[in-house]
Amino acid sequence: MRYSAWEVFRHGLTGNGGWKPVWRDPAPKPRYDVVIIGGGGHGLATAYYLARVHGIRNVAVLERSYIGGGNTGRNTTIVRSNYMLEGNMSFYSHSLRLWEGLEQELNYNVMFSQRGLVVLGHSDGQVEMLARRGTMSIMAGDDGELWSREECRRQMPYLNYDDPRFPIYGALMHRRGGTARHDAVVWGYARAADRLGVDIIQNCEVQGFRIENGKMVGVETSRGYIGAGKVGMTVAGRSGQVAAMAGFRLPIESQVLQAFVTEGLKPILPTVVAFGMGHFYISQSDKGGLVFGGDLDGYNSYAQRGNLPMMEHVAEAGMALMPMIGKAKMLRSWGGINDMTMDGSPIIDRSPVENFFVNCGWCYGGFKAIPGSGNVFAHLMATGNHHKAADKLLLNRFETGRLLDETGNGPSPNLH
Amino acid sequence: MRIPCPNCGDRDSREFHYRGSAELFHRPAGDAGQPAFVEYVYFRDNPAGRHRDLWLHETGCRSWIVVERDTATHEILSTALAADVARGAQ
Repeated sequence: MRYSAWEVFRHGLTGNGGWKPVWRDPAPKPRYDVVIIGGGGHGLATAYYLARVHGIRNVAVLERSYIGGGNTGRNTTIVRSNYMLEGNMSFYSHSLRLWEGLEQELNYNVMFSQRGLVVLGHSDGQVEMLARRGTMSIMAGDDGELWSREECRRQMPYLNYDDPRFPIYGALMHRRGGTARHDAVVWGYARAADRLGVDIIQNCEVQGFRIENGKMVGVETSRGYIGAGKVGMTVAGRSGQVAAMAGFRLPIESQVLQAFVTEGLKPILPTVVAFGMGHFYISQSDKGGLVFGGDLDGYNSYAQRGNLPMMEHVAEAGMALMPMIGKAKMLRSWGGINDMTMDGSPIIDRSPVENFFVNCGWCYGGFKAIPGSGNVFAHLMATGNHHKAADKLLLNRFETGRLLDETGNGPSPNLH
Repeated sequence: MRIPCPNCGDRDSREFHYRGSAELFHRPAGDAGQPAFVEYVYFRDNPAGRHRDLWLHETGCRSWIVVERDTATHEILSTALAADVARGAQ
């Protein structure tokens, strides 16, 4: 069924009893041309673009739990393209353009809202850096608008302008940035991929690989052996473990990042706001909750929950920036396992095992990358060549020295 | 999370600075060649479960500590002074 205003109207008249499940629940076939491990946004997007763009429809997405239950459901849903290094800029720019056409392409409302993303500057030097970043974004074909302190005050009167430590000097507005509904992105890709013949197999955990003469031939799963022409891995925080099953290591540490949401409030925050000093960013969901997050807890973790010191730090940063949120009650918090690379940028590449491809290292920026990541990963798996928007996100850059280290912090994943 | 420092006893994790895996102890010899150093600087085992970390007790005794920890549960299994571990390794 194609979704439309007419369908909503028609089903509304008949008690909404006619809606059907929009993807199948197939048993795994003995063999697929391509097996994707991980049914989050990245995996489902990869399967969709393999089928849609490259005509490869004999594809399975294996998910050990339920689709979208990992990091796709554990983030702050921010979409942006405001990077500074060639390689990252081209990739995120590509991804943002795909976001802009996504709902029409998938015929699914992912509630993509380009409400704008404001990054604040708290010193002359920082405002100059924002001007540079905005200029580079414009040169890369994206957008940037420098706001003075007065403009900030006019647009965002609720911020604390005269904090003695972090006064606000100006901001960079990224108009095309915003948020999207995380589950809808998963469901939209799942539905569209399923309609093109992709098998989405949930509760199917990959437990090992069958590798013959250095060549991937299939995966051992909790639901039996599945042969595969090619295998792609999109498992975020679990990348290190899946790679270990294939016999190699990655330049990745898995660390926990927490996020928080308040009770639902009336609309008070029209944009996404990022504090330029403490690591803090906040937006308001369409349901009304203030969604915000901060920095990594800073140690290796697979626990999907963080500790109280970071929660306190995030609350302090929020209060320094936006004192009005002190009245709101924090409703829930969650932790995602972030695949933190040694330079803070992702990896989309072949691997030491032939016919096995890796898509990992998204750090805490995986959500906004979903369409771009699926698109370029499908391109790599289908054609054997890197997409031009992602030809620098290589695994061997740690050996060649062509690192993509936006923050210049070196090989310390908890500082990126 | 509280970390039992061998010198200072149970302390709040906020007093500590995290450096990463204790694999960093095993620095290759100077003539080991580039591939060995690429592995050493960038690549990690990254296990879910038992992991040995390096923490600096920054606002305490300023000792480097090897913490054996379960990364899946945050349970701390044992701690030792890094200096003792390094001496033991020789």
